[in-house]
Amino acid sequence: MKLTPQTELLSLLRDGMSIMAGGFLGCGGPERLIDLVIESGTQHHTIICNDTAFVDKSVGRLIVSGCAEKVITSHIGTNPETGRLLHDGKLTVELVPQGTLIERIRAGGSGLGGVLTPTGIGTVVEEGKQKVTIEGKEYLLELPLRADLALIKGAICDTLGNVYYKATARNFNPIMALAADVVIVEADEIVAQGAIQPELVMTPCVLVDYILKEEAA
Amino acid sequence: MNIDTDAAKTIIARRVAKELKDGQLVNLGIGLPTLASNYLEPGVNVILQSENGVIFMGPEAEKGQEDPNLTNAGGIPVTILPGGAYFDSSLSFALIRGGHVDVTVLGTLEVDQEGNIANWIIPGKLVPGMGGAMDLLCGAKKVIVATTHTAKGRPKILKRCSLPLSAQKEVDLIITELAVMEVTDKGLVLREIHPDTTIEEVASLTEADLVIEGEVAKMPL
Repeated sequence: MKLTPQTELLSLLRDGMSIMAGGFLGCGGPERLIDLVIESGTQHHTIICNDTAFVDKSVGRLIVSGCAEKVITSHIGTNPETGRLLHDGKLTVELVPQGTLIERIRAGGSGLGGVLTPTGIGTVVEEGKQKVTIEGKEYLLELPLRADLALIKGAICDTLGNVYYKATARNFNPIMALAADVVIVEADEIVAQGAIQPELVMTPCVLVDYILKEEAA
Repeated sequence: MNIDTDAAKTIIARRVAKELKDGQLVNLGIGLPTLASNYLEPGVNVILQSENGVIFMGPEAEKGQEDPNLTNAGGIPVTILPGGAYFDSSLSFALIRGGHVDVTVLGTLEVDQEGNIANWIIPGKLVPGMGGAMDLLCGAKKVIVATTHTAKGRPKILKRCSLPLSAQKEVDLIITELAVMEVTDKGLVLREIHPDTTIEEVASLTEADLVIEGEVAKMPL
């Protein structure tokens, strides 16, 4: 049974983890799982996320809590706290072009040794990276990215872990669900096994290890 | 001549809109570029993509009608038009890098006469990150830069960008409140100027070398 109460999920957390979190400027961010990480009091994490959202939203709250040592992301401009911690030397920020970030995660979750992309050629992004020329065009070899833990937010999840996302809340979520050793899903609605039409399943249950169980208020 | 910032933005947005053709898949950056969608020519319908995973994006959601699951790439609640689709970020950037996006319109800090652009970082001062801009610059078939001609009186259109680049030689067209300039093999060609300015005035506010090729048209306002 994957449905697990928050108190039991706490035991999955330890210091110094790499943690992927879905969401795009907070839309589709796993708010309750973020609470879990903060409540665990664990520290020194590497957070992998599209952006660091806002100080009071989604992964932005993780940054504010001070539990991150490093963040790998495409954008930090909407969260002044990320900039401040970076400036004070308390946080390392690795900026990655958004399309490269998602493909590195996809590669990490798909058994690929990396991806070749033209994005970043002629910029500081190419520093220290291998260049490969294919049919006369230069590409950067970008390496796969994986994590210990992925925190995924779905709209609907069945008790097996099949997930359906709504609108633009999908973003990084289904790709991150491929690329971590342990995948935890939180959803607005938990339904019975088989209640999601198979064609509408966007993250197949075989990728999901735990589903956050709502505790009675 | 003196144009205040709001008037400048309107002039730029209107002129950008004239570059967009019916049926094109278009990605508009946050801010000034997004304004262009308000000024499309009659009969021109473009398909707006937002890199967070939607095509046929509609206008911003009205107050009280916001859907927390549907935003644009700036996090603003928006709507979707009939025929639209949602997808994950991998597919979204496949559309972008794969040459499926016809036009992208982006703002900038600096742009130069070779089509280089710097719009993601001012080292030591402003470090927002590149987001999807580098992929859009590399992947879109046509790159239009929409920017005020100067910033605090200093030229933004340079011989050579001084800030770290976002992309190398990817810009096709630069549209400001004073001029329309095209990046070509022969250099930065001055195509149009605002009806109330002169070539000399535009040149004095531009660090880049401007190539004059035949007649320089008046910008339609």
